[in-house]
Amino acid sequence: MHPTGTAAVQLHINAHDKLPIYLQVVNQIRYQVACGRLQPGTELPPIRVLAEKLIVNPNTIARAYRELEVLGLVEKRRTAGTYVADPGSPLAREERLKILAERIDQLLAESELLGVSLADVTQLLNQRYSVLTSQNSGDCSND
Amino acid sequence: MTDTTSPTGCLISISGLSRRFDTRLVLQNISLQVPRGGVFGLIGGNGAGKTTLIRHLLGMLKPQSGSVQVFGLDPVTCPVAVLGRIGYLSEDRDLPNWMRVRELIGYTRAFYPAWDSGYAKQLLEAFQLDPQAGVKTLSRGQRARMGLLLALAHRPELLILDEPSSGLDPVVRRDILGSIIRTIADDGRTVFFSSHLLDEVEQVADHVAIIHHGKILLTSTIDQLRETHRRMTLRFPHAASVAPPLPGTLSAEGSQYEWTYICHGEADQLRQAAATVGARILDETLLTLDEIFVTRVLQ
Repeated sequence: MHPTGTAAVQLHINAHDKLPIYLQVVNQIRYQVACGRLQPGTELPPIRVLAEKLIVNPNTIARAYRELEVLGLVEKRRTAGTYVADPGSPLAREERLKILAERIDQLLAESELLGVSLADVTQLLNQRYSVLTSQNSGDCSND
Repeated sequence: MTDTTSPTGCLISISGLSRRFDTRLVLQNISLQVPRGGVFGLIGGNGAGKTTLIRHLLGMLKPQSGSVQVFGLDPVTCPVAVLGRIGYLSEDRDLPNWMRVRELIGYTRAFYPAWDSGYAKQLLEAFQLDPQAGVKTLSRGQRARMGLLLALAHRPELLILDEPSSGLDPVVRRDILGSIIRTIADDGRTVFFSSHLLDEVEQVADHVAIIHHGKILLTSTIDQLRETHRRMTLRFPHAASVAPPLPGTLSAEGSQYEWTYICHGEADQLRQAAATVGARILDETLLTLDEIFVTRVLQ
């Protein structure tokens, strides 16, 4: 269950984005961990390697890794590497719920704008769930 | 080599620098500290004074007033000690056209005791430069790579790049920005570069200064700069014909009940300020470096 070696993390930086680059890195890694594309125990690339690959200042990557550590998504090990943390830890679960809460907030705000009631949204949620589960889901490869 | 630093512990220390060309004041009372290690981006439009400032760092211009120190030394009186530790890529990449690539490398090597021939060879291959090619036959992109090779091969403590990627295609740009990152990832070297391409500054710099009409408008870390500038759309309880005053405002536009502000300050303080004047925050976003630059320059 614990893959070895450094992950080939796929990240895309957009310098025109409103989000600071370190947050783009944090969000993309958060997402990939939450949906299992980055497995627990996977080593993230060293700061320097990722900085050179993305052509981003190493301090920016260091800051992103620190932030991910505070969120409990990654852990530093004595051997100086940074690894994806075990999702069983309460922080990681909290983190996943937090990501969803942000999405739900957006959904609710939009529902209000469109004049759709909470009852209708809940019903739609259940309806979509049955559609998706009947379709062989479990894949979250989109960004 | 002596480890000389300025009294402030900074690699570059400029204080009260002014420069006039005829009647035109090109630099006005510039003060700037560049810390050791990291990438410092000097942002400014055309004619802002970026190149003139860089020429002072290299001792090519003598301060008319104020002082310039690099490695704690005056570049005008100690050119050998200063220039031997700097790699420089000029904006116009003035290379001797009559030489071949191989000859130019040999010629430049003679000036630098610390020249690393292995590294030069490695860069020659990475940049796909033909040693036999005449310098005058090089394309614009190859010329930039050649200049970069010459600036990097003695592994300088300080790399100074003047508009390193303006007018270059994305592939060459990548080479140049990649070299900046490798240079500082390589044990605490320092890069100072000027640019008007704000997306690349955002990507590679950790400190920035904005220069406009020969004045430094602000100096900051990129993180600090991004976090302390935001756009907030507010709804006020009463209609107004001009934007209601709000602390930290850099610009404001809107009408009646809704006004959009670009503000400078800590997030909490700005929200507090909005609450104090009885406004509701409808929208709040961070600004891109581009937007911050435009706001500051137009102010």
